[in-house]
Amino acid sequence: MQAKKGEWVQVYSVILSPNERAEHLPESTKKVPLEMRVKGFLINDFAKIGDIVEIETPSGRKISGKLIAINPKYIHDFGEPIPELIKVGPEVRKILHEPGRDEVE
Amino acid sequence: MNRYSYQAVMKRKNEIMKKSVGIDYEKFRVEGIAFDYERMMKEVGYSIEEVRKIQDEVSVGRTPLVELKNITKLVRKISKPGKGARIFIKDEACNPSGSFKDRRASLSVYHAKKKGYKGVIAATSGNYGAAVASQAAKRFLKCIIIQETYDSRGIGQPEILEKGRACEAYGAEVVQLSVGPELFYYSLLLLEQTGYFNASLYTPFAIAGIETLGYEIVEQLWERERRFPDVVVVTHAGGGNLTGTVRGLLKAGAKDTEIIAASVNLKGLHMASDEDFNRKSFTTGHTGFGIPFAVFPDRSDVPINAARPLRYMDRYVLVTQGEVFYVTEMLAQLEGMQRGPAGNTSLAAAIAIARELDKDKIVVVQETEYTGAGKLPSAQLTFAKKMGIEIKRGDPIKEDKPGERIVIPEHPSQLGVIEVNLLDLKRSYIKETMKRNNKHNFSEKELEFISEDLRLPIEAVTQFIDEEKEGKSNAKGR
Repeated sequence: MQAKKGEWVQVYSVILSPNERAEHLPESTKKVPLEMRVKGFLINDFAKIGDIVEIETPSGRKISGKLIAINPKYIHDFGEPIPELIKVGPEVRKILHEPGRDEVE
Repeated sequence: MNRYSYQAVMKRKNEIMKKSVGIDYEKFRVEGIAFDYERMMKEVGYSIEEVRKIQDEVSVGRTPLVELKNITKLVRKISKPGKGARIFIKDEACNPSGSFKDRRASLSVYHAKKKGYKGVIAATSGNYGAAVASQAAKRFLKCIIIQETYDSRGIGQPEILEKGRACEAYGAEVVQLSVGPELFYYSLLLLEQTGYFNASLYTPFAIAGIETLGYEIVEQLWERERRFPDVVVVTHAGGGNLTGTVRGLLKAGAKDTEIIAASVNLKGLHMASDEDFNRKSFTTGHTGFGIPFAVFPDRSDVPINAARPLRYMDRYVLVTQGEVFYVTEMLAQLEGMQRGPAGNTSLAAAIAIARELDKDKIVVVQETEYTGAGKLPSAQLTFAKKMGIEIKRGDPIKEDKPGERIVIPEHPSQLGVIEVNLLDLKRSYIKETMKRNNKHNFSEKELEFISEDLRLPIEAVTQFIDEEKEGKSNAKGR
């Protein structure tokens, strides 16, 4: 896939490699780099995924990085109905409507 | 050394922070670790009248105070006769970007504009990012939000992805980083390169902006009920929400209201761990911020943190992830209010607390937040399951295991709280203060400061310090 100048894209770069990172990090963090992903408008005339490109971000900064997505999709969603939660509504409503002590407001 | 390396930038920390918030914090230092907190809040912050004016300009605040009549009724059904306080909730989701964070952002952005900054930067994975982006949009300032978003596999937290999307919707640049505390380093670097204002969550502006929340609670309740709240429950993370709200309550005259802080219990999960990052379903309002920021507030991105939670809390309780998801469902199904789970942390605690109180008491929950894709029990729990977390019904406190198991209550009577011993926290505060400042002896003024910061008599402070010294020498002797 190819992106053209002015398209909304996402770039990736490594900010700190593992040996440049802060001290006292948990093991799982220490062994991986600190990575960055930023979106902006492509400055290069053409580019394909994996190319090192330059973008202009919404704040007007020009930064370079590896092109990883063109017009990136928002992938988070509403999820699936959760069986463990879906009965909570009917359950609490039932309790509310049961005749009980202490009904006087 | 490379000028942009981690070490080099961290060395310029104070210089960068000073320029980017425009506050000469040293002015407020009294002696050693002691500083004049109230003077700082007065001279740097804004008065409640000024804050209201600024917030009215941008339609922030004056959110409804809603009585949760059906939840109160349910609580009374499961309480002992005569028990079950009335529960009210401050519907902060009605703010422009959907949370109380607009109050903080409105002041920071106003101040940045007034001082001639061209843009604002905030390092936050929370609702504050959207709030700053929204306020910056209103006041024509550039905006960069730096988030901790992904683990090393490139998997993003749904809640944080949603907040990133919201920031983009308001026109902000979103810098998404992988897990690690070096987010601070990178924000310093960006502040230095852009010359933008640091819209930190911990400046006096960011705290003064929340005071209206506490103030409004008192005003609205007084108008309806002619009384002050008996209890206000506040979700506690970095301490700003608590500090600002309580300062507002006090300014409105609610001096006898009990302040209960509440956080989601994430014990055992390491906040800087790449592995643990996506094993939690709450990205804020949890113990990973709540406890460290209570015992050492000055770990923030400004030299002196204006959020001082131990000055303002009377009680600190924890709730579990499963409890918060359960009450989020209750709020939607019994009150017709669909709101984001993280904002319902204090509601979960309030329900447990209301059960113990007499019927004529009033408990106020001081926030709600917006909800949507990524920020819903269904989105968060679908993600948790994918990450291998077990979801089950059962006892939400006894069976809870953060990072491994989330337990949804089977009955509302299972909603409860875990008490945090405040004296233990105060002792830890002293320990951290000694350790981080490499200090064993404190002047009279420093002792007075600690005593105020902990709301603890000087004798108790001295005793804790002595015990800490003794503990150290015992450890050495062994």
